[in-house]
Amino acid sequence: MQEIFDPEAFRSALRAWLEENCPEEMRDNAQSETSICWGGKRWTFESDAQKTWLERCAAEGLTVPTWPRAYGGAGLDRAREKVFHEEMARINARSPLQSFGIWMLGPALLHFGTEEQKLHYLPPIARGEVRWCQGYSEPGAGSDLASLQTKCEDKGDHWLVNGQKIWTSYADQADWIFVLVRTDREAPKHKGISFILLDMESEGVTTRPIQLISGKSPFCETFFDDVKVPKEQVVGDVNRGWDVAKYLLTHERQMISAGAGGLAGGGRALGAVLSEDNGGELDTVLRAEAMQAEVDALAIGLTLERYKDQAEAGQGAGDASAMLKYMGTELNKQRYELLMSSGGSDALEWDGPTGGRPSDWLRTKANSIEGGTSEVMLGIVSKRVLGLPG
Amino acid sequence: MAKLVKTEEEVMLGDMARGFLDEAAPVSHLRKLRDAGETEDKGLWAEMAQMGWAGILVPEEQGGSDMGHAAAGILAGEMGKTLVTSPFLSTAVIAATALRQVADDRAGAALQAIAAGDRTYALAIDESHKFNPDKVELSAEKVGNGFLLNGSKTFVVDGGNADRLLVLADAEEGLTLFDLPSDRTGITRTHTAMIDSRDSARIDFSDVEATGEDVLGSVGYAANILTPALRAGQAALAAEATGLAAGAFGMTVEYLKERKQFGMPIGAFQALQHRAAHLWCETEVTASAILHAGRKLDEDPASAGLAVSLAKSRATQTAKLAVIEGVQMHGGIGMTDAFDMGFYMKRARVAAEWLGDYGYHAEQVARARGF
Repeated sequence: MQEIFDPEAFRSALRAWLEENCPEEMRDNAQSETSICWGGKRWTFESDAQKTWLERCAAEGLTVPTWPRAYGGAGLDRAREKVFHEEMARINARSPLQSFGIWMLGPALLHFGTEEQKLHYLPPIARGEVRWCQGYSEPGAGSDLASLQTKCEDKGDHWLVNGQKIWTSYADQADWIFVLVRTDREAPKHKGISFILLDMESEGVTTRPIQLISGKSPFCETFFDDVKVPKEQVVGDVNRGWDVAKYLLTHERQMISAGAGGLAGGGRALGAVLSEDNGGELDTVLRAEAMQAEVDALAIGLTLERYKDQAEAGQGAGDASAMLKYMGTELNKQRYELLMSSGGSDALEWDGPTGGRPSDWLRTKANSIEGGTSEVMLGIVSKRVLGLPG
Repeated sequence: MAKLVKTEEEVMLGDMARGFLDEAAPVSHLRKLRDAGETEDKGLWAEMAQMGWAGILVPEEQGGSDMGHAAAGILAGEMGKTLVTSPFLSTAVIAATALRQVADDRAGAALQAIAAGDRTYALAIDESHKFNPDKVELSAEKVGNGFLLNGSKTFVVDGGNADRLLVLADAEEGLTLFDLPSDRTGITRTHTAMIDSRDSARIDFSDVEATGEDVLGSVGYAANILTPALRAGQAALAAEATGLAAGAFGMTVEYLKERKQFGMPIGAFQALQHRAAHLWCETEVTASAILHAGRKLDEDPASAGLAVSLAKSRATQTAKLAVIEGVQMHGGIGMTDAFDMGFYMKRARVAAEWLGDYGYHAEQVARARGF
């Protein structure tokens, strides 16, 4: 497809392209763990269709539609990005690729990376060839992330990394990791942190999955034992990694709030799903709760939209992204409580008539913990937005 | 659709309104009216009309400023912040929107009078304690070439002072909207003392004579006029309630910074910080629904029902939380009449009820969303 700037002309060209290129099997809007490709060297494609779909989208830059073309994207502005999502939703197309590289590292590199770093790291993410994971939390640094202690020493021609990370999502399946490390132990805690990129195949890296209440193990412990890292693999300035970390956290928070149950408006109403569970009948209490959840979901969806519009108008969300994260994740937890209630005993079976619902329900409990707890978000709002003391 | 960001003009309108209202109608203005036993300030409305507020939804040919519903919402929001008493919602929003649906000279003249600030309206629709525009018993019996109206309306907001009434009546052909002078023979208005100290009335109709001239639009087709008018009113009222929430919240945050107990500002306590932060989050989310409703009414009014009900249900909840937390966080002083927070609480309650409460609008949302 050539580059088309008019949104409606783009829509018809895109529609024709999708018709031609999106395999039938990829038009089921499936959203399970493996139905959408995560990419990387270790990824096993569920089907030929999944592989074909990824390759065709990647060739057009449509795995990362808003990234510049030079880095593997399609260079879409907001108007055309919206058209893209609408047209994908119209045919129920699965997303061709999802990854922390797309959601998190990409935006950070686009903002802080050198031109060499962008050209080197971004295109493989866009093509789904390299899968990234995030090394932030440590056993002693959770909500107080800036107190992290993973040591990174300057050894002249390389860095030497020692320490432990925890809650590293999919570390056991990732090819690379972006890590926050301490490069200055004397400086105040925010001023001695650097943001480095590290190959998971380096000697001295080990991972151990952690089994969660959902029965799954998406998170790992990651250990670094005398790991050597080339000097040029620092993003941004040395000891200024907290700036990168914060920028990335803003994206992570928006992603978690947006991902919280397809709030962006196009999705089906929760009440409709609940009603279907119960043969078209909903008891009074459940229906009232579903109404409240629907009202909140629509309004939060509009708020995401409003903040995107503001960002486009040059007004960044800044600390208000904490609000989006808090509201989105708390609502998502509530929605899954309703889904469990609606499913009754069917939803108590791990692989019963409601499919993976119980496991998804348990997974949502992490939404208000990961990427900064709800309490941390409220703290950010009260101090930085409202200016309350202490 | 236009962006969910205020345009430069909208920001200017809001700033200008704030500047004017801080001087002309702070909360103490409402208190003064209440203490004097009054429910209107004609001088204030005349000034608002001069600034183009009365004609904000009136076409320019009729002397209006025709700035649209999103702009009307911005004005309503600013009025909400200081609980401004004016016929803005009943006249400039609801009646103007109703009259705009009718393309005749009489409606044109009425719009002109509204924009000039020369005529005020009230919508007489409720007949029981809950909003239910589908259930109307006030009858319009056909007699000769005209009608005889019999029945009662209640909770007619601004109905005690308004020059004219838009009356929803049940005629043989179906629901019909009449536009009547409020001093027509047979109309008895009884002011009701409301908790928010504003104008509201119970109105009885006893053999009130009306002609075809008094019918707004067509006999039996009230909905064509009433639906857009109600939506406009509901959206602007939601905007007012959201402004009210912001006003109450602003007072509360200031208090948290000033008030000292245990040797420190109470705003340093995490228990209060988190509740205040939560409330701010709610106001931000509701603000999106408000702006969205205004945009929908301006650009796609025929399908604005969901957007409007979403705004009204969210605004009702947010305003309720803001005033409950406002009183609680102020402690004892929040309970005193000498302090303004009580005014916010009482107006929030009236705004919650008027033109459909949370339950009514959440039900509309649920239906529009397929359950």
